[in-house]
Amino acid sequence: MRFWRKVIAIAWKDTLSEVRTKETVSSVLVFTLLVIVIFNFAFGTSQETMVLVAPGILWVTFAFAGVLSLNRSFILEKEEGCLEGLMVCPISRETIYVGKLLGSLLFMLVIEAIALPIFAFLFNLVLSLQLVVITVLATVGFVTVGTLFSALAVNTRAREMVLPILFLPIVVPVIICAVKASGLALSGEPWGSLSSWLQIIVAFDAIFLVVSFLVFAFVIEE
Amino acid sequence: MEGLNSASRAWAIQVQGLTKSLGSHLTLRGIDLEVRQGEFVVIFGPNGAGKTTLIKVLATIMNPSSGRVLVDGLNLKNDAEEIRRRIGVVTHQTFLYSNLTAYENLEFYCRMYDVPRGKERIDEVVAIVGMTSRLYDRVGTLSRGMQQRLSIARSLLHKPAIMLLDEPETGLDQQAISMLREALQTEREGKRTIILTTHSLERGLELGDRLLILDKGKIVYEGSRQALDLAGLKQAYQHSTRVGA
Amino acid sequence: MKKNILLGLSFVLMVIALYLVFVYVPTEKEMGIVQRIFYLMVPLGWLSLLAFLIVFIGSILYLAKRESKWDILASSSAEIGIVFTTLALITGSIWAKPIWGVWWTWEPRLTATLVLWLVYLAYLIVRSYATDEERGARFAAVVGIVGFIDIPIVALATTLWRGMHPGPIIFQGGLAPAMLLTLLVSIAAFTFLYSVLLIQKVSMKNDEMEMKRLKELHS
Repeated sequence: MRFWRKVIAIAWKDTLSEVRTKETVSSVLVFTLLVIVIFNFAFGTSQETMVLVAPGILWVTFAFAGVLSLNRSFILEKEEGCLEGLMVCPISRETIYVGKLLGSLLFMLVIEAIALPIFAFLFNLVLSLQLVVITVLATVGFVTVGTLFSALAVNTRAREMVLPILFLPIVVPVIICAVKASGLALSGEPWGSLSSWLQIIVAFDAIFLVVSFLVFAFVIEE
Repeated sequence: MEGLNSASRAWAIQVQGLTKSLGSHLTLRGIDLEVRQGEFVVIFGPNGAGKTTLIKVLATIMNPSSGRVLVDGLNLKNDAEEIRRRIGVVTHQTFLYSNLTAYENLEFYCRMYDVPRGKERIDEVVAIVGMTSRLYDRVGTLSRGMQQRLSIARSLLHKPAIMLLDEPETGLDQQAISMLREALQTEREGKRTIILTTHSLERGLELGDRLLILDKGKIVYEGSRQALDLAGLKQAYQHSTRVGA
Repeated sequence: MKKNILLGLSFVLMVIALYLVFVYVPTEKEMGIVQRIFYLMVPLGWLSLLAFLIVFIGSILYLAKRESKWDILASSSAEIGIVFTTLALITGSIWAKPIWGVWWTWEPRLTATLVLWLVYLAYLIVRSYATDEERGARFAAVVGIVGFIDIPIVALATTLWRGMHPGPIIFQGGLAPAMLLTLLVSIAAFTFLYSVLLIQKVSMKNDEMEMKRLKELHS
């Protein structure tokens, strides 16, 4: 129980910090909307094309927005040695991992909650529960490895470059499945046809939650 | 070494053969150190001597490359989490989040340290360091000196038995430094064990019971304030400041 | 002495394999001469994976034991592995051209190999961009572990993505005995080559490290 209390305290601290400044939220949100709009210009105006490319656009946007948000997660802790401050607390290293993960997850879900309706509006599409479920599951996948790699990248010489190079290849399966599933969801397919895609995403989430959890201590030790 | 377990309660810190390499650089080259409960040890040394590394190892931030470290009788390798409950750490970095208020920072650390009756405790420590009026200001708006005071308050929240301070006087004015000295000694019936590093020799001689000089990862001088071997100290001091960074 | 024997054996095997691939094995009916690339492509693909398996094992052992020799094993295998993966991509692309008429296609095997290549790249980049060597080794080990676990998931996702049934992805139907022999010899030759290269690299890096250690001790 103490574990969860401290995990939530860490996630809450991150959220509070973001609410105070709103800087990352606004920049990521603006970025997300810009990317969606620019893709719209890139692909022309025919409705048939839109339906085809919409899932891809959505997930490219979320993947890049994810990189931006995840980067910030540990940059926050670099200031004034705050990560060391956490390491000196009577908590396990894994507590830090889960706490930061929850904070990033919450952050990304907020961004997506705002971006999805706008996306549906601009592309003339129907949002459904299916799309929401896909988004949540895929985002969990993003933050499991993303939090691990964010902690790693922040300790390298070119952190803005290193994080995408690590993150994007690893989450390829999540992106593939999310795009496929989103396409099916937007065409109104039933849950059954989405199931194999969702299963892969869930498997990814579970596997990498465990792996990152186990390996995190090695990344932040000095 | 096992037979020392019952007696080790008298020792706050026991270090045997501690080495630490960072990359290919051997930063600590075999440190042996014993600190009694309630002692105030000052570690002096030039830049690059390994003072910060030693503090980080004791604070469980860094793992030793080899050697044995016992803090408050607990082995660093197995009981790191429990050790952290008993130590307070102050470095030149404040461990404070600049977007949050002083109160929110302290409240966060109260949760991390399971401090009972957090609100009261926060008021107490803030009074000790003289920051009561600025409690609800954002840390980013505080001066460097105030942030450092707040950092000291943070480190006292859980009433640690052992304090580790790495050059804490950076950024503090004279008034704050004497406040620091008082703050370190409050609220402990048995005195608090304190390990403080500095590169100011006068500070070291002022504050501590025992003085150690660290140079290139080894302890090159050790002496108590009473029985100060001035000649030996001068020699070691000159040698390290001439040869060191 | 042992090294020379291995080197010699590897050379001999490679010569035999090349002979088999380019002279002995009959030209395949449908694809023609280009099909011979198949006998190079499959071993290269197999070795890309084997090399990363070694990276994975070396990474786990390094994090567990912190002995440089495991890190040296992992990084050597990664450096060789990325070369094999690049060759696998090139031969895969050459092989794909007659079938699909284009130099690149997003068919599952090629796509998964491309992702593997990117993971190798990430491994090597993290090493060089870390702030110091020990961190670089540790971070790379983490990438090695996460990357290796990811590969099967990538393979599954890409196969499903292209609407193919996940199943045997190398052989479609049986192979004539001459072809099977050529393939097996080729695989053996390349595996030998990999082992020889790995041993060379590892001993080179071990020597470098020893020299550095001696220098440090004397300073």
